[in-house]
Amino acid sequence: MALVEREHMKEDAGRLSEATAGDFIALLKPRVMSLVVFTAFVGMVLAPANPHPFLALISILAIAVGAGASGALNMWYDADIDAVMARTAGRPVPAGRIAPGEALGFGLFLSAFSVGTLGLMANWLAASLLAFTIFFYVVIYTMWLKRSTAQNIVIGGAAGALPPVVGWAAMTGSVSLESLVLFLIIFLWTPPHFWALALFKEGDYERAGVPMMPNVAGAASTRRQIFAYSVLVAVSGVLPTAMGFASLSYGAVAAALGVAFVWYSWRVLAAKGQDPALRPEKALFGYSVLYLFAIFAALLCDGLVERFGA
Amino acid sequence: MPDKDRVKPTEAQLKARRSRSIAIALALIAFVVIVYLGTVLKLGPAVFSRGM
Repeated sequence: MALVEREHMKEDAGRLSEATAGDFIALLKPRVMSLVVFTAFVGMVLAPANPHPFLALISILAIAVGAGASGALNMWYDADIDAVMARTAGRPVPAGRIAPGEALGFGLFLSAFSVGTLGLMANWLAASLLAFTIFFYVVIYTMWLKRSTAQNIVIGGAAGALPPVVGWAAMTGSVSLESLVLFLIIFLWTPPHFWALALFKEGDYERAGVPMMPNVAGAASTRRQIFAYSVLVAVSGVLPTAMGFASLSYGAVAAALGVAFVWYSWRVLAAKGQDPALRPEKALFGYSVLYLFAIFAALLCDGLVERFGA
Repeated sequence: MPDKDRVKPTEAQLKARRSRSIAIALALIAFVVIVYLGTVLKLGPAVFSRGM
């Protein structure tokens, strides 16, 4: 027993892991996970159902773990390109702290557990949607689209847009038009968000051989497409009010946030990359993160007022 | 087993293993609590009903 606990066979010495629990948590992409949890939670609050709060909490946890599992599987598959990009070279797998096989096993194990738990504690429609989200992100986006087409993050964005639908389904056992509007907001938001990043990290993607829009269609075309998508994002943001499931106050906030989104993307279009520091692109990227949090926070407030307000 | 075939983990490896073990223990405890409370809340009193 002492041999197992304190000493190891020499042939295993190279495989003795120095990965801490923190490295495994990093595999779950906690920042992406926080956005998933938040948008799924908004979907749950807006859904017309009143499940026990603890069961709702378990559903959120299962969705969070499912999102983390996709992150781990993504890091397993993408370790080669993560290693050559400055932004991702420090991740646990390319940095050598976690072996690729460990990341794969961890991701598969968490996928199975998160889907099973959501199925047992909420319902199997929500669990199927969570399984589909993981499949779409890992197989369709990471393994197929990411390295083969400039439309990678446009189509792949569907995976990031599904959590509010999963949250809605966990509460109601169904998928409704309202939840699909939440999906649409995130789906349309994804291209301008990632293309703004790609414009100032173009070299990184080029080195890694990832066909992001600026590397394939050029920066000028990317700026035009960012602007077009930003207009669509602004329109989709007010759809909840237009369709009658959010208040006029929400509509006013969403309209203001949308106008600012279009203004930031207009600055990117007008600057034409002449600023060597690419400040308009960085500003749009920063604002896009704020936008998504703000628009879902506004929906959350609206939903809470509707649910508990006078 | 001859000593030359064995290797002692470094302090960093032992520390990392301890951190992983604690995380696994906490995750397992959390999972048991979640399944227990979730089952009671979902099934309610029916959890105790079983055919004789």
